[in-house]
This record gives sequence, C-alpha cells and structure tokens, in this order.
Amino acid sequence: MSTTTIPPQPLTAKDFATDQEVRWCPGCGDYSILKQVQTIMPGLGIPRENIVIVSGIGCSSRFPYYMNTYGMHSIHGRATAIASGLKATRPELSVWIVTGDGDGLSIGGNHTIHLLRRNFDVNLMLFNNQIYGLTKGQYSPTSEENKVTKSTPFGSIDHPFNPMALAMGADATFLARSMDRDPKHLQEMLKRSHAHKGASFLEIYQNCNIFNDGAFEVFTEKASKPEEAIFVEHGQPLIFGAQKNKGVRLDGHRPVVVDLNEGQFSASDLWIHDEQDFGKAQILTRMFDDPRIAGHLPRPFGVFYQIFRPTYEEIMSAQLQEATAKRGPGNLDKLLAGNETWTIS
Amino acid sequence: MSNKTIQQIEDVVIKFAGDSGDGMQLTGTQFSNNTALIGNDLSTFPDFPAEIRAPQGTLPGVSGFQLHFSSNRIFTPGDACDVLVAMNAAALKANLKGLKKGGIIIANTDGFDSKNLRLANYPEGVNPLEDGSLVNYQLHTMDVTKMTREALKESTLGMKEKDRAKNMFVLGFLYWLYDRDMTSTLNFLTEKFGKKPEILDSNLKSLQAGYNFADTVEAFSTRFRVEKARMEPGTYRSITGNTALSYGLIAASQKADLPIFLGTYPITPASDILHELSRYKNFGIRTFQAEDEIAGITSAIGASYGGHMGVTTTSGPGMALKGEAMGLAVMLEIPLLIIDIQRGGPSTGLPTKTEQSDLLQAYYGRNGECPMPIVSASTPSDCFDGIYEAFRIAVNHMTPVIFLSDGYIANGAEPWRFPKSDDLKPITVKFKKGLEEGEDQFLPYQRDENLVRPWAVPGTPGLEHRIGGLEKQNITGNVSYDPENHQMMVKIRQEKVDRIAEHIPLQKIEVGPEKGKVLVLGWGSTYGAIKSAVLELVAEGHEVAHAHIRHLRPFPKNLAEILHSYEQVLIPEINNGQLIKIIRDQFLIPAQGYNKIMGVPITKGELVARIKEML
Repeated sequence: MSTTTIPPQPLTAKDFATDQEVRWCPGCGDYSILKQVQTIMPGLGIPRENIVIVSGIGCSSRFPYYMNTYGMHSIHGRATAIASGLKATRPELSVWIVTGDGDGLSIGGNHTIHLLRRNFDVNLMLFNNQIYGLTKGQYSPTSEENKVTKSTPFGSIDHPFNPMALAMGADATFLARSMDRDPKHLQEMLKRSHAHKGASFLEIYQNCNIFNDGAFEVFTEKASKPEEAIFVEHGQPLIFGAQKNKGVRLDGHRPVVVDLNEGQFSASDLWIHDEQDFGKAQILTRMFDDPRIAGHLPRPFGVFYQIFRPTYEEIMSAQLQEATAKRGPGNLDKLLAGNETWTIS
Repeated sequence: MSNKTIQQIEDVVIKFAGDSGDGMQLTGTQFSNNTALIGNDLSTFPDFPAEIRAPQGTLPGVSGFQLHFSSNRIFTPGDACDVLVAMNAAALKANLKGLKKGGIIIANTDGFDSKNLRLANYPEGVNPLEDGSLVNYQLHTMDVTKMTREALKESTLGMKEKDRAKNMFVLGFLYWLYDRDMTSTLNFLTEKFGKKPEILDSNLKSLQAGYNFADTVEAFSTRFRVEKARMEPGTYRSITGNTALSYGLIAASQKADLPIFLGTYPITPASDILHELSRYKNFGIRTFQAEDEIAGITSAIGASYGGHMGVTTTSGPGMALKGEAMGLAVMLEIPLLIIDIQRGGPSTGLPTKTEQSDLLQAYYGRNGECPMPIVSASTPSDCFDGIYEAFRIAVNHMTPVIFLSDGYIANGAEPWRFPKSDDLKPITVKFKKGLEEGEDQFLPYQRDENLVRPWAVPGTPGLEHRIGGLEKQNITGNVSYDPENHQMMVKIRQEKVDRIAEHIPLQKIEVGPEKGKVLVLGWGSTYGAIKSAVLELVAEGHEVAHAHIRHLRPFPKNLAEILHSYEQVLIPEINNGQLIKIIRDQFLIPAQGYNKIMGVPITKGELVARIKEML
C-alpha cells in the first residue's frame, strides 16, 4: 500500500491550499500558522498523498480542510489517538496533528501524554491561545490565574498548565516553542519538528484576537519582544535584550538574568544551550514566569530538547517481523485446529 | 486391581466449587478438555467472583465451574448438577440448591473445619457433613488437603505450595470416577510447569494420588462412562467464545487479506480477546493497549482510515465511553468493528456476571441519528461465524458494525467442528486506486448501488481529500450546514444500513413448525436454553417454535412474516426487556417477555414452565 510516487513538478505552497474558503476570524493567528505550514511543505519533499493532517475540535482543528493533503477533522481531543492508530499501521505516512490548548490539554490531555511517551513519529502542533475560542470565550487549561472570562466572572481559580513542562514530564523526545507572529522562526520550528524522528511537540503561541487579544503580545510585539522572549539555539549562549546585552546564567539549578555590560559576566559565563541536556531542558521548561511580575525571567522559544528513542511503530513492526521469523507466517488451518482435536465419523 | 464395575450413563452435570484460590477454573477447564477429547458433547459455565482474591473461605469468595457433558446433543451447561465438588463449606452452601436430589457430593473435609464453617455462616457447632442434613444426597467425604500433603511428603516444596496441588488430587479422583485417560492433563502440566520440575512433580503426583485413592477406596464401587456423542461427522475441538471470536477475526483478516489493528483497553469479560490476539503477531495482527476506552476505538478508527481493519473490544461501561467515536465512524463511513462482551450493569454492575443489557445501547446509545449494523453470537463457537459475518459487512458496506457477545458465551466452552480455511467464504476488499478515466475530481461520498462510498486511503495519489465529523455535503463530502442536505444525509445513512438486509441470510426457524401457537424469539446467549426447552415441548407435541436472531440491525427481511405466523411471541432475555421493545416498535405485535436479570443464564426448566403458561 505504501507509495513513493514523486510528483513530476516541484510543488509550491499553492499546491497545498484547497478550494475551501478559510473561515477563521479576520486577524486570527491561525492564518499565519496555516501559511507557514503551506510554505514549508513543498520543501519537505514528501508527495502530498503521503501527508495526513489529523485534528480534533476547536478553531485550530479546522486546519485539515485548508490543506490539500489527506486529512481528518475528528472529534474533540482524540486527534492524537487517531493519529496513533494511523501511524501504527502506516509508518510511511507523514502524520501531522493539529490541536489547541483545550483540545490537546483539556479533553484530550490524556491522549497527548500517551502519544508522547510512546513516541510515535508524528508532528504535534499545539496552537495555544489560552482561551476557548470556538465555544466563545471560556478560560482554558492554559489561561492565567484570575482570568475573567464568560465562565469565570469572578476570575479563574484554576492553576494553568505549563505545556512544555507537561510534555517533558511525558518524556517527549522533541520539544519546541514558537509563535504565530514570527513566520521565520515558526517555519524553522516546523521543519525541525518534521525532521525529528519521533513525537515532536511544538507549542505555538497563537493570538485569538476576538476572545483573548494580546495574550502573548509582550513576546510578539516589536517593542517588548527582545526583552521578554529569548530564542535558544543549540551551542549558543542564552542572550536576549534589544542590545543583546542580557544573558541567562545558571546559578546551580537556578536561572539568573545577568547584564553583560556590567563587566562581571561575559557571554562565556552564560548558560550554553544544549538540546540534548535533559536537566537543562527541564529548567528551560520552567522558565515560565508571569511577565507581569517584576523580576521575571524571559520566556524561551526554540527547540528545548531533542533525544532519540525508537519510535512506537518501528518497535511494533519489528515485533511482527520477529514473530513471523520465529514462527513462520501464520497458518490459519493450524490455528483453527489447535493442539487437541477428535474426530467423529 | 479393583473389581469395580463401569456403568454407562448418557448425561452428567458436574459443578466444581471452591475458594477463588483453589484452582477450580483450571480443574474445570482440564476436565472439560478431557471430556471434549473423548467425543462427548459439552457445555461449560464458569462462574467466578469479581474480586481477584475475595476473603478466603467466605460465600462471596466461591468460584464455580459447571460442566455438562453427554452422549446426546446438548445446548446448555445444565439446569441442576448431578455432582457437586465442594472444596470448602462456603462452596457447599452456595451451590447445594443447584444440586439434584440424590446427587453426589464430594466434600473436602479439611474445608469444613470450625473456621471455614464460621466463614460460611453456618451456626456455631453445625457441620452439614456430620449433622445428617445431607441425607438425601450421596455424600462422599475425603480430606483432600491431608492426602495431598501425604502424597507430596518427599517434596521439598513449602506447605503452601504443596496445598496448591489439591485441585489436581480432586481432578485425578474424577478422572477415575468417569473412567478417563489422563494424558491431556499430563501434557498440559508438562507444558505449563516444564521449567519448574518440582512444581510439575507435585502436580503429577497429586493427580495420580487422587486417581489411585478413588481406585482403592471402598466407598466407590462404580465408575461411570459417557459414550461419544452422536454428533455430525467431522473433526472437533473445544473452544470458548472469546477464543472463537479471536479466531474469527484472524480468519476474516486472512481471507480478506486485510490486516487487523486492535485498539482496546482491558475490561472484563473482553480482555481475553486482547490476550489471544496479541499472541498472533505472525498473522500480521497489531494489538494496541490504549490509555482508555476512547483511545481504543479512536486508534482503531485511525487504523481503518489508513486501510487496515480497525477493531475495538469492550464491555458495557467501555461501550458507553466509545459512543461519540462510534458516531464519528458513522459519519466517516469507514469499516470498524466494535465488539461488546456484555456484562451485568449499569455502571460497574456485575463485571463477571452475564447480561444482555447493551442491546438498546447498541441500537440507540449515541448522539444524533446514528444507525449501525448489529450482529450477535448465540454460542461459544458461533462467535467465530458471527464476527466473520460482522467483518464482511463492515468491509463490504463501509460501516462500523457492533458485535454483541456476553460473559456467558465468552467464557463458556463447547465442541466446535472447526472449518477448513478453504471452506470459508471469501471477503472482497476494494480500495479505490486512483482517479478513473473521465473522473477529474475525487468525490469521497459518491455512492454505489448499495449506497456504499469508496475506501480511499492515504498514500493513494490523486485522491487527497478531507473527511470529518461535521455533516457532509452529499457526494463531495465537503462540510455542509444546508438543512435539506442534512435531512437527505440522515436518510441516506439509514437507508445504507437498511439495505444490508439484502445481503444477509433470511431468518430461519431453529426448531418447531413454521406456524403455530408460540414462537420463542431469542438473540445471543439464550440460544441453548431456548432450543432445549422448545425441543422438549415439540417432542411433547406442542406447537412451539424457536427462532434466533443473529442480525439485530437490520433484521432479516422475512422476520415480519415469521412473527405473524404464530399466535403468540415470547422473547426471553437476560435483561429487563430490550429486544422486545424493538420488536414491538418495528412490528407492532404484542410480544411477551421472560426476563431474568440475576447475572446468570436462563435455564431450560424455567423456560419450559413459562412457555407452558402460554399453551
């Protein structure tokens, strides 16, 4: 059933668009994410027919209708489980999961963590807008405490999830964070997600301009972005600030912001990002301060962590092959007869 | 050697009863397999507590295994027992009412000490083995524990491990009593304990000691022999429902050349299907123990979407959890098998007891207008044919199919004249391979004469398309909120399921005249009891017939005609009346019910009495 057909002409982003009218609210961050996905797809060199996009329910989950590939817009929270069954049976397909903070962390939270620990080779894009958009504005599991929404007129009393820490806890083999407003970075992260063999968890900060406008603006707007967002790169020191004058240093296990102009510390004293360092990745996921609080740490973006572990579908296929090699291909008549029979004439 | 006589008998019902830890299920299974091999017809009914180890010696902790074997054709594990093996006082107390007057009791006296008597709630100072209360039975007492220990006195095993071989002593005893060759159990033990020679040795010695004891002791002067049953010629094996079901899936997968993906979550009494299928990876079977019931079915949907046969197995509570995903499968119109091994409900209910109480859930238990075919099995071996049929319908009609079995037939065993793979009906799978000539665009909801849409799987160039749970526009499959389209699509999905009636066998009458006074209409595991009862009444000259429905949705085309050929219709069910509601609704007949909701099967005797009320 597998196919390796190479299309005669190189594909373009347009080849990945469908004839369906895109129906997100004008100004929604989802438009940018869709565009970046359509942009990187041709460069992956995968025939369209071998790409499947599976989504759950929510605004972001409309995504498959706009991608000219195979796609399934499924039910709330279950895209991850559907993708698991698909990838287990069809390892050669490139499977992308589109989910949101409600879909993937609330109703589907269970499937998300199990997908990650099993390490299916799929790309999970979690569109985090910290709000329920499709149901018109209730707080989500990533909404900040005290958030006033339609369902929390006195402020939310829920403590929010830290999605990266959750994924880390589920032993994800690839963790990255990006944002809708930084197309270049998002494209890079999408390519890295695809290139990773194993479950890729990509959290994308996405603005819901109707129900939660500006939730991430400190990280995305020109004025504050350099001071609030820190873009981590493998082998590079953690430097941020409009003047590239700030760095993050590790004081034991505690990240500390230092001023590089003061003369006490130079770039070589800083935390050098290592994507394979489990301990440091954990600290990175915990750099999750509320940006409204004085003395907070900047929020990291980029690939936090990547390791390699055999994928679920590889091990599953290997077990099947091993069993066949050991016992020979199944013999139905032998199976039906079993070990003990008797004959009546 | 002893000068004991052998008496021919036709029919025996034995109940093995003891504490959960006494190994009664194993003893029963071993005796059943041995019985099968000598060619008797047989039917078994394992009955055990939900607790893994209920408090030792208590009534809730009693585990039983009933075996009916005969030189005639039989269809049930029997109403009342001829022989009761009671390993302790609780086992006797719990099962005495099911023993025929004059029946044999084989009691392990060690299980009747003051502690065991107290745990079984006998009044202080009362021991039924000694107070004459069992005078109407043939009571044989023996200290199984003491004799097992004596037989193993040279073993270096600890006392606890020695005592574990008690069940083998009893089994050996019964093998002597029914004049059996013990080879099948010797082979079984050698395979099971081959790597633990001491344990193997203790089991073998204990088994032989039980046999020798029976041969020596004066109390038993007669052995019994049951001749081969007069069954259809052919080669047989013994099989339980869940194993037959697993084999049916494998067989259908092989014949259809369509690999199986089982996405499931463990639940009693369905887990054995997962255990069984997970052993057959060399048949290309993928089993996936999901994180919950919902992931079980949705992963199976993912597999079906990818062009495999997605299967999920469950029982009542899990079925409830899968409801939304079943609706998705109905919208997607892809093949899928949802296997529900029913148990007592609601909620957690009676996990290890049987009930037919998910029929209405299977029919109506989803949001929206959500019709799905429903297929059921009536006996352990029938699970093979039933699931094979469900598989065929799912693939040929691009639809999820619900398969209903229950705890009684799932765990029960009977002889099975297994088929040859060449004799199994072929199953044809059609994948759409690409755009055909003149086709410039793929239309995923374009239908054939059976209203079946094409199966176009990812990886097929030119057929890229999107599907999902939102209402589909007719033919294109695009999202549509159009009112007329929705009405039409609801009707089309219903009509598609209804048309399956053109592709299933007509309903037949199992026993009895084609018209007459009473039709007993059943489905599922009540088959044996109804058939036995109706056979008896027909033999007495009554105008009673039995029809048993495999295809519950859609019904066979001729069902209305059959229902109207009898003055009265009786529908026995192990629930509070479910099929009867559907039959009354669809056929407007005043059917009557016989409903037993006690977690145990309906017996032949009670059914005969109920039918007689109508004659």
